[in-house]
Amino acid sequence: MVPFNILVVVCLVYVGLLFLVAFLVERRAHARALPWLRSPLIYTLSLSIFCTAWTFYGAVGYAVRSGWEFMTIYLGPTLVFVGWWWVLRKLVRIGKTQRVTSIADLISSRYGKSNMLGVIVTVISVVAATPYIALQLQSVTLSFAVFASTAADGGPVPDKAATALWVAVGLALFTVLFGTRNLDSNERHLGVVTAIAVEAVVKLVALVAVGVFVVWGLAGGPADMMAKINASPLSSWDLQPGRWAGLIFLSAAAVLCLPRMFQVMVVENVDERHLATASWAFPLYLFLMCLFVLPIAVAGLDLLPPGTNPDLFVLTLPLAQGQDGLAMLAFLGGFSSATSMVIVASIALATMVSNHIVMPLWLSLRPARAVSGDVRRIVLLSRRLAIAGIVALGYAYFQLSGGSAALAAIGLISFVGAAQILPAMLGGIFWRGATRVGAVCGLLTGAGVWVYSLYLPSFGPDGVISARLIAEGPWGIGWLRPQALFGVEGIDPLIHAMFWSLVLNATAFFAGSILTFPGPVERVQGAAFVNVFDGEVPAGGWVRGAATAENLLILSQRILGGDGALAFFEAEARMQGKAGPLPDPTPGFVGALERRLSGSVGAATAHAMIAQTVGGAAVSVEDLMAVANETAQIMEYSARLEAQSEELTRTARQLQLANEKLTRLSVQKDSFLSQISHELRTPMTSIRAFSEILMEGDMPPAMLRRHATIIHEEAIRLTRLLDDLLNLSVLENAGVQLTLGLVSLQDMIDRALVAAAQTRPERSFAVHRDPASEALYVTTDADRLTQVFINLISNARKYCAAPEPELRIAVRQRGGRVMVDVIDNGRGIPEDSQALIFEKFARLTDETRAGGAGLGLAICREVMTALGGSITYLPGQGGTAFRVTFPLRLRAVA
Amino acid sequence: MKRPGLPLFLQRRPYRRRRKIDAARLLPVFGAFLLLLPMLWAPAGDEGRGTVGDGLYLFVVWAGLIAVARLLAPSLTADGQPDPDEGKG
Repeated sequence: MVPFNILVVVCLVYVGLLFLVAFLVERRAHARALPWLRSPLIYTLSLSIFCTAWTFYGAVGYAVRSGWEFMTIYLGPTLVFVGWWWVLRKLVRIGKTQRVTSIADLISSRYGKSNMLGVIVTVISVVAATPYIALQLQSVTLSFAVFASTAADGGPVPDKAATALWVAVGLALFTVLFGTRNLDSNERHLGVVTAIAVEAVVKLVALVAVGVFVVWGLAGGPADMMAKINASPLSSWDLQPGRWAGLIFLSAAAVLCLPRMFQVMVVENVDERHLATASWAFPLYLFLMCLFVLPIAVAGLDLLPPGTNPDLFVLTLPLAQGQDGLAMLAFLGGFSSATSMVIVASIALATMVSNHIVMPLWLSLRPARAVSGDVRRIVLLSRRLAIAGIVALGYAYFQLSGGSAALAAIGLISFVGAAQILPAMLGGIFWRGATRVGAVCGLLTGAGVWVYSLYLPSFGPDGVISARLIAEGPWGIGWLRPQALFGVEGIDPLIHAMFWSLVLNATAFFAGSILTFPGPVERVQGAAFVNVFDGEVPAGGWVRGAATAENLLILSQRILGGDGALAFFEAEARMQGKAGPLPDPTPGFVGALERRLSGSVGAATAHAMIAQTVGGAAVSVEDLMAVANETAQIMEYSARLEAQSEELTRTARQLQLANEKLTRLSVQKDSFLSQISHELRTPMTSIRAFSEILMEGDMPPAMLRRHATIIHEEAIRLTRLLDDLLNLSVLENAGVQLTLGLVSLQDMIDRALVAAAQTRPERSFAVHRDPASEALYVTTDADRLTQVFINLISNARKYCAAPEPELRIAVRQRGGRVMVDVIDNGRGIPEDSQALIFEKFARLTDETRAGGAGLGLAICREVMTALGGSITYLPGQGGTAFRVTFPLRLRAVA
Repeated sequence: MKRPGLPLFLQRRPYRRRRKIDAARLLPVFGAFLLLLPMLWAPAGDEGRGTVGDGLYLFVVWAGLIAVARLLAPSLTADGQPDPDEGKG
């Protein structure tokens, strides 16, 4: 057996060791020499303060009472961490951007830096945590008592209350020494966190060691252990669906809302990426903590005398088996669980108490302008006192309750209390419509229901409220019985309280939110919280006020200390591009300063202090709207720019096309000039040659006539060419006189076919027509339109290369327009030439020319334009196809 | 509200990352379902629920969740903002 004195010495040595770890880490961290301290491992291990003495000792007792139900407490956090992408990631990011110091600060900061909310959350948290701290003291005291009772020769048997008192004093001292050494603007306690991580390892190793001893030492391995479980009273268990689901939800809510969890999860987080590791590593830790609970419970029931407290099996089992070393390890594990919880919880709660209760009180009692000197000393002092006060509260609760209730029950009551913050928290980070009034209503309603239906009855019948009230309700109103609200009876009291408190809480929160209008700061903060991943934090909501940078510097020196404040101001000045140490007090700078200060004293206090200096010139709704308008204007402007640039691209493309066309036309014109000279020269040459022959005279009359005929024909050809050119020139200059009349389309096509038959009369064409569709009377210039048809049909006759040429003429009427398609079965026109054929002097190939000068289609186009229609090439018709479109009734232009 | 300037389609790598984020979002939903499942099956006959069987089931589900979270974690550690070269080659 371990003598009690030695036990005390071991405890002191262990605490001293933790002290040393914390001390060394703080010193090295100051020199920035310990990169591994910022590793995800430390972060994950520090999260293990979720496993308090309640887990270490209580889980086994819980398993004895309810089988696997104890696991719900760890399954909830597992789901929250596995689903870190939903909530935890956002919480951590908000915590970083807003420099949140505690959960009360988060809620207060989200809802317009309202100090009232900070106070409410602080009070709820303190009330909920007090029994939990008492629970830790109780478990340490009980474990001491176990050793003391088994070691009668080790010294005087200590008094339970005295043990608890010494433990409480020791813990408070440790916490004060390391939790409040400095007032860091990030509110991080590297030394404490590392000490907590060490304790996490100790408790895991201790529990696993006891488990391994039970499974492989007492039983013969896992298979034998399973047989033992089947043979034990725990071979079957009762799953109550309501409790199963409810407790998983409750523990998930608690891991988010417990102040100590928030402290290690969000406030002490150094790097967001650590969260990804913790997402699986922390569930793994919980998994290992749970793995051996049931075997230990079964072994304890099997081997220990009946009536032994199952909450202490972890300790009593090795003791009863004579494994003193293992028992000592288990004792240290339990001691670690209890101390780490108390340390972190009291740091977190003390931060909340000092930032939300003491500082605002102090500020209102002594107007800031009248105060000189360092505020930091006051903040630190208030925190130290708060730590001592919180531990003292826990001790008082322990004394009052007599440490009789089962461990697990106390823990769950505390969980339900902490969970009341959940609606305001989740609503705050996901819903911009959540307002301060809604949050206040929800928190007060939830906390009220919790106190009435769970907290007060937990003191037992006739503890705080009378047994009669519990049984019959206040004034005999059955509907208000604390454990059967609204007549809902027969539910497990815990689930009943959790259900009603959270439902009414969420309802009040929602109703209050949708019925009220948030203030400007609230709206700024709401946007900053909900849209935290969208980038920029809005500039704190300050307008350029009366504050000078000097006043602000004086203020911040009192909180950040002289060097810290000056460094911050200089950095800001550099960012503004100023040389001196004082930046301009722009709204952006004041906002940044406020966030920096809120890292030390909380958002509400920082806001109040800055407001005093700036002169209360906080932002108004109109200012917010102005900012929003500016943003909207900028967005509109950029949209306009985008549209403009698109238009420019379009124009550039059009210009490019036009340029290409011009270039091609220029080339074409050159080639035409040589063409036309050639065309003109050929008849001229023959005219000259034959006229020279004629001039020589002295030739038979028949030859004379023939030569004269040739000259005549060549002259006609020349005239025709010149006519064409003239014609085109007239058309192009819009000097056309149209003679409008009502004519039959069929007649025109008939005439065109007859006239065009003179072109290459040796070819016979199969002409396909649809007389029914041609039976149309149109008002147009018949001669000009017929000329277009003649041109198209002659072109087909000239150029169609098919051995059995066919010509199809299709007429259609669409609305007021007539479309005539002239299609042959030739080769068609290549795509790259299609754009050019309507240009003057265009010729596709030289060898197929038949006397034309390449003016035909150009003339057609001009004619059709004059007739209010168009002529286009129709691709994809199995040959060369042209579509002539013109109005059914052409009206003469006045 | 539509945010301008976000690409409609992504390259292979950011696309995979987004699907992993989807998986990370769904994981707790599946986990909750599997952990609540024991409420639905009732023990046959009069004897209570088998402690060993239920325990094995719960621990296997738990270990599975941890394993999947472990697989997903590394690719999610990069910053939540889109990569600067997202949408390029």
